[in-house]
Amino acid sequence: MKYKIFKILILCLFITNKSFAVVSVDITRGNLDPLPIAISDFYLDSKLSDNIKKLQLESKISELIKNNLSKSGLFFSLEKKSFIQLPEVAHNKPRFEDWAFIKAQVLVTGKISLEKEGGRLRVEFKLWDVVSATELSALAFYTAPENWRRISHMISDKIYERLTGEKGYFDSRIIYVSETGPKVDRKKRLAVMDQDGYGVKYLTLGNELVLTPRFSPTNQHVTYMSYFKNLPRVYLLNIETGLQDLVGDFPGMTFAPRFSPDGKKIIMSFAQEGNSDIYTMDIKTRVVERLTDHPSIDTSPSYSPEGSYICFNSDRSGTQQIYTMRSDGTNVKRISFGEGLYGTPVWSPRGDLIAFTKLYKNKFYIGVMRSDGSGERLLTENFYQEAPSWSPNGRVLIFYRETPSDNSGRGASAKLWSIDLTGYNERLIQTPTDASDPSWSGLLSSK
Amino acid sequence: MQKSLRTSFIAHFIIILISSLSLPFLMGKVQAPLVISVDLVQIGDKTNIPYAPKVSDGEKTDKKIKERVVTEQAPPKIVPKEKPDAVPMPDNIKQIKELLEKRQNPVKVEDLTKQTSEFEKKEIFDPNKISALIDKSKKDTAEANNKTSAEATQSQQKNVITSKLTITQEDAIKAQIFKCWNIPIGLPYNENLTVRIKIKLNPDGSLISSEILDQGSRSAKSGQNSYKVLAESALRAVKLCNPLKVPSTGYEKWKEMQLNFDAKEMLKG
Repeated sequence: MKYKIFKILILCLFITNKSFAVVSVDITRGNLDPLPIAISDFYLDSKLSDNIKKLQLESKISELIKNNLSKSGLFFSLEKKSFIQLPEVAHNKPRFEDWAFIKAQVLVTGKISLEKEGGRLRVEFKLWDVVSATELSALAFYTAPENWRRISHMISDKIYERLTGEKGYFDSRIIYVSETGPKVDRKKRLAVMDQDGYGVKYLTLGNELVLTPRFSPTNQHVTYMSYFKNLPRVYLLNIETGLQDLVGDFPGMTFAPRFSPDGKKIIMSFAQEGNSDIYTMDIKTRVVERLTDHPSIDTSPSYSPEGSYICFNSDRSGTQQIYTMRSDGTNVKRISFGEGLYGTPVWSPRGDLIAFTKLYKNKFYIGVMRSDGSGERLLTENFYQEAPSWSPNGRVLIFYRETPSDNSGRGASAKLWSIDLTGYNERLIQTPTDASDPSWSGLLSSK
Repeated sequence: MQKSLRTSFIAHFIIILISSLSLPFLMGKVQAPLVISVDLVQIGDKTNIPYAPKVSDGEKTDKKIKERVVTEQAPPKIVPKEKPDAVPMPDNIKQIKELLEKRQNPVKVEDLTKQTSEFEKKEIFDPNKISALIDKSKKDTAEANNKTSAEATQSQQKNVITSKLTITQEDAIKAQIFKCWNIPIGLPYNENLTVRIKIKLNPDGSLISSEILDQGSRSAKSGQNSYKVLAESALRAVKLCNPLKVPSTGYEKWKEMQLNFDAKEMLKG
């Protein structure tokens, strides 16, 4: 009897244990190759008027999306010539075998039609997972036909977000300093353009020198430094209305301004008698607060995305290094300890990294480090480059790079460049003039 | 009398219940060191060895499989000789010596020279017997080692044999999926984000089905978006890798697999 029970007991053990015995394999590595994506031309509704048809939006939109995604370095856009299915058929129900055949893993299709009432354009897109033969997302946007670029950027963002897991950055703008004329008489104007370099608009006339423009997180305002009447001061500019305003009434030079993440304060440096410290000013109440009080030069402050910390650079240790502190000015900590000089720290919108410019052995580097100073990584090296600014999703940095001039002081040029966090995807951003001091806005559509 | 019988029944039942629920965990603990001490030696020496008992199980049902495996087994015949030498514990060397002697009869030097000769049929049976003997000797030693729970170790050993892929097999499967998996680069690397996918395979390695294991429990939590993106990329990887190149033997072991996709390491770097 006992033996029998014992046997049953053993049997129980055996059965329960057996059910645990599925082979389990950990997949901790994969490839980071660009994802093969097919972006089909959009399909034009036949009811559209000839005027709209003439715009050829069906191919322009898909081309712009293709451009955006390819430039991110995360997607490999397949040649349209290889597509087997027509846009119309593909949009309604793609034959996934046809797309798998050309090695596409995801497919974008779309349709352009007229809104039932109101006459606006309706642009609809669908994102398909070719491998799993499912629809990943589908959205429709309404707009005036002139706004097709904006719509294309928004669609690109949606695709990017759906496939990478992080927000996109295509529906955003960049403000920079446009430079024209010879080096001795350089004309510097504020300019703003779409993230892809399209639609440049000049915001100032170029009578005064302007430097370090920074976008507000609310996108309506820009803060920058201007030598108005030869007094270097921080100004606030409303892009929409063109109104300019002096920030604070300081008895000296203010520079290196930046917005707080909530857009309510401006943080900047104020220099007096050879010493500069960091101040904030509330835009509405004009209340000024001093954060650092040190005989050394403290400058280039930048808030962390949640606003509780600030990174800045200071030469209090003898050389220029990066420091962090709480947003009330306490708990100052040095975080950069490498060889060379560190400057222009900028906190990533993701919060994990701080980008900086580094000068070491007469070379300029753009690099990133974690907010505790660990994991320093230099992304690019050049003769002269500085002022990195983060894309809204914290994946790409934009900065400017100058080429050396010849002996007579000619031939020097400044251009905007972007590089992603891998350090491999470096791109020149076309601007009609020389350009410096770029600053990336937040996502326009999230406002 | 009846009353005591009843209480005895109830008491027994409770013990069975408790032990059936709790003992698997105990066994899990016991299992770990054994897997290392016994199995690693085998894998290191010859990966073929652990299959042998498996094949002898299947022997009854499928003659074709038997023949195929036997031809595979033919060359490494010296191995069984070495094997037991490594295993025996001082307690029962005698028993093992006896076993060794028994085994030595079929595995004579003459046989070795004849390997590919006309006596193949005779040879066919020998290796399996040997492996069966090895299996017994293994069990014997195991029993001797753990006198307290002799039965448990036995069943456990069977499980070890049926549920583990060898390291090389596992690596081969991993390497294939590594190539197919396009990591969504924007996922947060500071969160614990793992997707478990269960796949069922045909003997030729083609995919029967794939399903996400913990979708239900996850969907309510925050970070749902990144989870969805990760899960979809994992499913794509599995489908892109279809059919998987699988080991030619041991279908029972890998006909069902659980793949744990975790991009943390890659995204951190």
